Amino acid sequence: MEAASIEALLERAEKGNLRALGRLLTLIEHPTPHAIQILERLAKRAGRAQVIGFTGIPGAGKSTLASRVIGALRRRGYRVAVVAIDPSSPFSGGSIMGDRLRMQEHASDPGVFIRSIPTRGVKGGLSTAALAMIEVFDAMGYDKIIVETVGVGQSEVDIINAAHTIIVVTMPGAGDDVQALKAGVMEIGDIYVVNKSDKAEANKTAAYLQFALEREDIGRRESGWKPRLVKTSAVLGMGIDSLVDVIEEHWNFLRESGWSGRKVEARRILMAKMMAESMLSAKVMEAHMESLGYLEEVARTGEGIFRAAEELARRAARKMLE
Amino acid sequence: MSSLQSTEAVGGAVRRFKVLVAKMGLDGHDRGAKVVARALRDAGFEVIYTGLRQTPEQVALAAVQEDVDVIGVSILNGAHIHLMKRLMTKLKDLGADDIPVVLGGTIPVPDLEPLYRLGIREIFLPGTSLAEIIEKVRKLAEEKRSREEAVTGVGGC
Amino acid sequence: MVMFDGEELGRIEEKLKEWREKTLPKWLERMPERMEEFTTLSDIKVKDVYTPLDLKDWSYLEKLGLPGEYPFTRGIHATMYRAKLWTMRMFSGYGGPEETNRRLKFLIQHGETGLSLAFDEPTLVGIDPDDPLAEGHVGIEGVNIASLRDMEIVFDGINMGEVTTNMTINPPAPVLLSYYVAVAEKQGVPYHRIGGTTQNDPLKEFIAQKTYVFPPEAAVKIAMDVVEWSVKNLPKWNPISISGYHIREAGATAVQELAFTLADGIEYVRQLIARGLDVDQFAPRLSFFFDSHINFFEEIAKFRAARRMWAKIMREWFGAKKQRSMWLRFHTQTAGVSLVAQEPFNNIIRTTLEALAAVLGGTQSLHTNSFDEPFRVPSEFAAKIALRTQQIIAYESGVADVIDPLGGSYYVEWLTDEIEERAWKYIDRIESMGGMLEAVKKGYPQREIMDASYKFQRDLEEGRKFIVGVNIFRSDDIDEIRNVPLLEFDQEEIEERQKRRVKEVRANRNQERWKRSLEDLRRAAERGENLMPYVLEAGRSYATLGEIMGVLKEVYGVYVEPPEY
Repeated sequence: MEAASIEALLERAEKGNLRALGRLLTLIEHPTPHAIQILERLAKRAGRAQVIGFTGIPGAGKSTLASRVIGALRRRGYRVAVVAIDPSSPFSGGSIMGDRLRMQEHASDPGVFIRSIPTRGVKGGLSTAALAMIEVFDAMGYDKIIVETVGVGQSEVDIINAAHTIIVVTMPGAGDDVQALKAGVMEIGDIYVVNKSDKAEANKTAAYLQFALEREDIGRRESGWKPRLVKTSAVLGMGIDSLVDVIEEHWNFLRESGWSGRKVEARRILMAKMMAESMLSAKVMEAHMESLGYLEEVARTGEGIFRAAEELARRAARKMLE
Repeated sequence: MSSLQSTEAVGGAVRRFKVLVAKMGLDGHDRGAKVVARALRDAGFEVIYTGLRQTPEQVALAAVQEDVDVIGVSILNGAHIHLMKRLMTKLKDLGADDIPVVLGGTIPVPDLEPLYRLGIREIFLPGTSLAEIIEKVRKLAEEKRSREEAVTGVGGC
Repeated sequence: MVMFDGEELGRIEEKLKEWREKTLPKWLERMPERMEEFTTLSDIKVKDVYTPLDLKDWSYLEKLGLPGEYPFTRGIHATMYRAKLWTMRMFSGYGGPEETNRRLKFLIQHGETGLSLAFDEPTLVGIDPDDPLAEGHVGIEGVNIASLRDMEIVFDGINMGEVTTNMTINPPAPVLLSYYVAVAEKQGVPYHRIGGTTQNDPLKEFIAQKTYVFPPEAAVKIAMDVVEWSVKNLPKWNPISISGYHIREAGATAVQELAFTLADGIEYVRQLIARGLDVDQFAPRLSFFFDSHINFFEEIAKFRAARRMWAKIMREWFGAKKQRSMWLRFHTQTAGVSLVAQEPFNNIIRTTLEALAAVLGGTQSLHTNSFDEPFRVPSEFAAKIALRTQQIIAYESGVADVIDPLGGSYYVEWLTDEIEERAWKYIDRIESMGGMLEAVKKGYPQREIMDASYKFQRDLEEGRKFIVGVNIFRSDDIDEIRNVPLLEFDQEEIEERQKRRVKEVRANRNQERWKRSLEDLRRAAERGENLMPYVLEAGRSYATLGEIMGVLKEVYGVYVEPPEY
C-alpha cells in the first residue's frame, strides 16, 4: 500500500503535477523511511541542475535579488526551483515564514516552484531536508535550483557550500570592512554582488570588494574559477542580466572542467553524512530515554559519567543494528 | 507530547501543522492576518505568510508548493465573494481542494451562505477570539492529516 | 508659576494620607476593586483618584495658556466652537464617476461645500480598472478614477471654484491632484480659487495603511513634490494630511499614534526645509488626521498633548515665527477598529463616545463611522445616524459651549502630561535612528505596532480588556446581524463600465501629445526634478492613472514589504 502510493505520487510529480511534487517534498522533509525510499528512486535521475546559493548580509536585498534572477532565468527558458531557508524568529515552537513573499511575483508561474524551510523545528535536520529537496527538484527536471539563506550557523554554511554557484550579496557601505567579509559564507563566494548600487557609496564598496578579490582575501577558488563582482539594483531591475550572464558563465566553466559533477557528489556525500548523523542521534535519544534512571544516578554521584556516555553510545549502536 | 507532534521522524524532529496565511487582492488591512499568524506561531504552527496584494491563483499555488494543512484568508475590503470563488476554482484545478480553507474579515451575513457553499470550512467575523481560531484551524489540520493517512498510509509524514 | 501654594499642598497631602490609611481600607474591605489594576488602552496605569498633588510643579501658563495662544493646549482658536462648530465631514463613496457626481450634487444642494472623495482600491494603489489585480475591486470602497475623463464626469456641473474637495489619496496623489487641477483649468477656475486637501502622507503607508507603491525614499520625494508645487501654485490647497488614523487602526496605542504621526510630520518639515522652503511658508498648510478610540479620557489627553507638542516642535526645533505655523489643525475619525459585528447597533454608542472625545479634544473636523461598517460600506440609513450623532453632540449636549471644558481636571492634565512624556520618548528613539524615514526603513514603527496589537488581542483573550458582546456579555445572536440593512449596488456593472471607458480614453486621445508627456515625465523623474508639472501635463493629455504610475514605477521601483512579525 505505502510503496504503491509513493509510486503513484512519484508518477504524478514526474508528469508535472505540482500538488504531487508539493506532497513529495513534505515526505522527504524529514528523514523517514519513506523519504529514503523516495530519494533512492530519484537520486539516479538527478545531477543535471545548477544549484545556485544566495547568501549575504541581512538587509542587502537577497530575496528581492533572487526574485529578479528567477525572472531573468525564466526569460531564458529555464525551469526554476527555490529552497527558501527562512530565518524564523526564535520565540516559540512554531515559526512564521515570510521570505517567499519577496518572490511571490513568480507564484503564479508554473515554471517556478518555491518551497520554504524554517531554520528551527527541523531539529538538526535542516541540512538534510534542504539537500534532499535539492535532489528531488533536480530529479524532477528543474534546470536551476536556488537556495536562499542568511548563512548563519553551521548547517546553513554546509548547505550553501554544497551549491555549484555561490552568490554573496552585499550592499553599499556594508563591504567596506573587509574583515567582516572574511567571516563564514562571505568568504566562499563565486560571485559577489553589490546590490542597491543606485545608492551613493556603491562605487566605493565595489572598489573595496574588487581589491579584496584581487588580493584573494575572499572568494572560492578550488575549481580555478576567478570570483567575479557584479553591481545590481534589484528594486530597479538594474544589472540583473549581467549577473545572470556571469551565473551562466560559471556554470559552463564548472561543466567544462568537470567540477559540476564533483559538486553533486560532494553534496550527496554530505547528505549521506547528515542523514547518518540524524539517524544515530535518534537512536541516542531513544537510548537516553530508556536509560534515564541509570543516568540520573550517575549524575547525582558524579561518578562514571564518561563511562555512561560510552554506554549510551553502545546502546544506540545496538539499536541501529537491530 | 502535544497533538502537533503528529509524526516522529527518524531524526527525532516533528512535523508541525503548516498554515498559509494569505491576503488577496488590493486589501491592505493586514493587522488581523498578522495577529492571527503570530498567534498560530505561538501555538506551535508553522506559518507561511504571503504578504499583500496576492492574486487568488498565486495563493493557491503557494499552498500547493508549500503543501500546507490549512489555508487562512483575511479579507476586509468587500471583494470576498469574487476572490474566494477564484481561489476555490484554482485549488480545484490544482487538485488541492482537499486543503481546508478558512476565511476571516468583514463579511456581511447574507454572504455567509454563498461562501460556505463555495466550500469554505470556517468563517471568522470581527470579534472572534484567537483561541477559537486556533482551535478550529487545529481541528481542520488534524482531520486533513488523518484523511491523508487513511488514503495513502503516508499522510502523517 | 505653580498652581497651588506649598501650604495648601501640604494640607492636601496630609488629608490624602489619612484617606489612604483610614478611610479607604475600610471601604476596600467591604467593596474590593473590580480589577487588580486599571490601565488605559495604551496600558498607562491609572490610580484611583487624582488630586492637586499630581500636578505639584505644574504651571498653568506653561502647560495650557489660553485658547488660541501658545502652546495651544486648549485649542488653536480663541473662540473655538463658540464661534464655529467643527466641520462634520463625512467621508464615503462607492461606484463610478456618475454615481459620485450625483451624490456630490445632492450634497451641494443640501448646503454642503466641503466635499470629500473616497477612492476605490485600484485608484488608491494607482492601477487601471482593467489591470488583473483590480478585478472585483472597482468601485467598492470609493469612486474609481482612471483618467482625466473620470474626473471630468465627477465634477460635471459643479463649479470647482466654489467647493473644496478632500481627496484621500497617497502614492497617486500627484496624479489625482493633476486631474483635479486639469478639470478646474477646463472650467476656467483660477489656481488661487482651487481649494481642498490631498492626504499625500507616504510614511504612514509603510507603517500602517499599506497602499504603498514606491520604496520609502522615492515615496517621500514624490509627496514632497506635491507639497512644494502646491505651496507655490495653489494657495488654498492643503497638500498633506499627516495621518495617525491608519497607524492607530493598525493596532498602535494612543501614545504610538501620537508619537509616530508627529515624527512623520517632523520628517516632512525637514525634507521641505532641505528644499529651500521657508518654514513659515509651508507650515500653515500642514494638517493632521487622528483616530478617536474608545478609552475616553486617554483620547482627549492625546489631542491636547498633540497640540502642545507640535507647537513646541515648530517653534523650538524649526524656528517657526507665525502662530499659524505652530497650529496643529486636525481632522478626526472615530475608531473603525473599535466596531464589532456582534450586536452591531451597539456601535452607535461606541461612535458617540469617540466623537464626544474628539470634540472635547478640540478637533477641527470630524467623521463619525456608521454602525454597519464591520460589514460593508455604510448604507444611507446608517450614515445618517452617524451624522446625527455629531449634530446631537453639537446642538443638544452643550459640550461645545465652553472651550476645553476638561482643562484643569487633575486626571486629564496628569494624563495629558503622561502621554506627552511617553510620546517624546518614542520621538527621541526615532530621532536617534535618523528620523522617521530611516526608522520606517528599519521596520521600527511597524514592529512596535505589531507588538501592541498582538498584546491587545491577548489582553482581550485573557480578560484584561473588554468589548461588550465579544468577550463580556457575549452575544452569539446572528439574527440581530442579519437584520442590519446593507447597502446594495451592482459592482460588476460599474467595473465593466470603468473598464470600457478607460479603453475608450486610450483609443481616442491625441496619441502624440500623450506619448510625449509620458516621455517627458520619465526624463524629469530620472533627472530628479519636481514631477508635478510633468504629471499635470500627462493628466491633461489623458494619460491613465496606471500609465503615469507605471512610468514612475519603472524609474523608482516598487516596494515589497519585508516580513516583520
